[in-house]
Amino acid sequence: MLNFVQHRRLFFTIAGILVALSLVALVVSAIMFDGQALRISIDFKGGTLFTLHFTEPVEESAIRDVFIAHGHTGPIIQRLGAVADNSWQVRTRFADSEEVQQILDDLDTQVGSVDRALSNWNTVEPTVGAEVARQAALAVLVAALAVLGFIWYSFRKVPHPFRYGVVSIVAMAVNVMITLGFYALMGILQGWEADALFLTAVLTVIGFSVQDVIVVFDRIRENISRHRSEPFEMIVNRSILETVQRSLATQLNAMFVLVAILLFGGTTIKPFVAVMLVGMLSETFTSLCVAVPLLVVWEEREHHRVLARAAA
Amino acid sequence: MERRTLVSFVLILLLTAVAVYGVVSQQHPAWLTNLLFWQPEATRNLDFQLGLDLQGGLQVLMVADLPAGQTLDSQAMETARRIVEKRVNALGLTEPVVQIQGAERIVVEIPGIENPAQAVDTIRETALLEFVEPPANVTLEMIYALESAQIPISTTYGMTEEAIQAQSAMTDSMLFKTVMTGADLANAFVTRESQTSQPVVAIEFQSEAADFFAEYTSTHLGKNLCIVLDKQIISCPRIDSAIPSGQATIQGNFNYESASQLAVQLQYGALPIPLKIESYKAIGPSLGAISVEKSVRAGIVGLVVVFLFMLIYYRLNGLAADLALGLYVLLNLLLYKLIPVTLTLPGIAGFLLSVGMAVDANILVFERMKEELRHGRSLARAAEAGFSRAWTSVRDSNLATLLTCLILFIFGNAFAASLVKGFAITLALGTLINLFTAIVVTRTLIRVAFGSLGDWIQQHLWVLGL
Repeated sequence: MLNFVQHRRLFFTIAGILVALSLVALVVSAIMFDGQALRISIDFKGGTLFTLHFTEPVEESAIRDVFIAHGHTGPIIQRLGAVADNSWQVRTRFADSEEVQQILDDLDTQVGSVDRALSNWNTVEPTVGAEVARQAALAVLVAALAVLGFIWYSFRKVPHPFRYGVVSIVAMAVNVMITLGFYALMGILQGWEADALFLTAVLTVIGFSVQDVIVVFDRIRENISRHRSEPFEMIVNRSILETVQRSLATQLNAMFVLVAILLFGGTTIKPFVAVMLVGMLSETFTSLCVAVPLLVVWEEREHHRVLARAAA
Repeated sequence: MERRTLVSFVLILLLTAVAVYGVVSQQHPAWLTNLLFWQPEATRNLDFQLGLDLQGGLQVLMVADLPAGQTLDSQAMETARRIVEKRVNALGLTEPVVQIQGAERIVVEIPGIENPAQAVDTIRETALLEFVEPPANVTLEMIYALESAQIPISTTYGMTEEAIQAQSAMTDSMLFKTVMTGADLANAFVTRESQTSQPVVAIEFQSEAADFFAEYTSTHLGKNLCIVLDKQIISCPRIDSAIPSGQATIQGNFNYESASQLAVQLQYGALPIPLKIESYKAIGPSLGAISVEKSVRAGIVGLVVVFLFMLIYYRLNGLAADLALGLYVLLNLLLYKLIPVTLTLPGIAGFLLSVGMAVDANILVFERMKEELRHGRSLARAAEAGFSRAWTSVRDSNLATLLTCLILFIFGNAFAASLVKGFAITLALGTLINLFTAIVVTRTLIRVAFGSLGDWIQQHLWVLGL
């Protein structure tokens, strides 16, 4: 029988490296973007985001000039998609509707005509942004508490519910860390910003993060009573092997769908889908390679202590 | 085959037929749409409702902008909402939504709008109160007709001198001369007339305007002075005596409510509460159409891969799961039309993700079934054990998903994040439907298959992926 739990040192090392890399990405992002470990979108801090589609090729500097002429110092201007798309994204401070209108008109005359039907703009007052950010923090807190409650409920029948709970939460923390690190990296490379949808994806990942753990732990519970003579490590290993097909099959299906959206879906939800994809991948890893082996370490140590006491 | 299995099988077939009809057909008879009593009568239909991000449009979020220390009156908020709604409806666009969000916000959504800038102006514009003098050639009867039919009139307010001259020179001119506007008011409140106890609106002018009003009324005795709101005549009282105090009453066909609404409107300009635009979002209509096209394509690709995977990996069981999954997709789409659920891009992602998760329940069952078969159980017993043993895991993982959706929904509701809510709703709906299709439908299909082909399958276990 393949011994999965035996390789736990390797798994812990990989998890450690991934968490370290994530921290590096978050710190680099914080240094690059004035203390923002994740680049914050206008949803949370206010501002205006234009996605402009021009009917002809235009120069970035010409776009910049129009914004500066309207008192928008330092707009962040990025090309979207291929050069032939003539699509640009501009981020700047809050602008009211009249100001937006004037900017669009000036872009028409001084840069190139903006195809309104293929463009969008979104503007948020800074005070709303701050309130949304507060709500978001609250949502994350509630989600974390709810998941804790759920773990407590799910493991009420296993021998050491506290331990099962703690290792699940450790795994979840590692998972969230890796997801955040990935987003920070994409923020540095691709300019991805943390918006309301990003938060939705993270909360979804948190919600799903205990699913695989629960299935394995459920099986451990069943196997403990069935194979009383086996050492705990064997039981755990057996339980993982018995459930791994299901874990992988389920993950694969979710991944098929997410990859399809990533490849063929609209550009606006790509970061959203990518976060869920990464979160789910890392969830499978942290469940099987962090949560379960941690549990083994904890239970075995106890075992040794009991044996030592018996020998003395 | 057991009688119970047969009954469920027939019911499932019927349900499938209903779902196929509801989802695929474009035209629905009136008697059918009239059955949808929970939908507002005017817009009862069996069409997909697309969110702003899919059909383009404008979303404006406004917040009550009260001076510090003033408390917000929910009644006044509702009045403000109604006024905004009137203005938005005046744009003549299809299905605008004007809702109060939380205690102090109003959200306006106008799908498929071509000129968002104009719409924003219309929403923000404050209504105009004018005191106007009817032109000489307009009789009282005509004024009453204009008033009762609520026909807008033209007034000199905001016009240049030359334009007024040119207009007045025409013999059939219907131009009303603006004497004063709402900007001259100091206060307005409801009171009852002492004799008839009919509700009237009492107004008080600011001191300068009061002097002007006193002089005007003394020089125009016996003439009519019309009170006009947003170019609609509200009443045309006759000046019976000079009014030196700067106080007057507006008499009209009021009940207490309409009088207080007018008083509020007069007091605060148009809106009972000053509103400030907090955020707005404009999405080009063609952009939305492209998003729909891409989402549909992504959805089909994702679904086909999931279907193929289940079929190849679990063979006969996979076929049962695929059929159940087909019904799952149909039921979801049907409910989106029935409830109706407004579809957004994240909403579609939530639905597709729920498809990926939907097979999870089946996978749990099938893996369990295979295990039982490996342990030498008979086909029928392995199948039943698969379903009953996997149930706790299925229940727990679905519960976790529903919990997540609930948190997301509450979070999305806290501010106007319709995108977050869209995702939460489709994912939750999918999870609930999944409990039905993955357990009841798949189980029935497998019982039917095992019941009729049991012996053959027992000899050829490879059809179950063993």
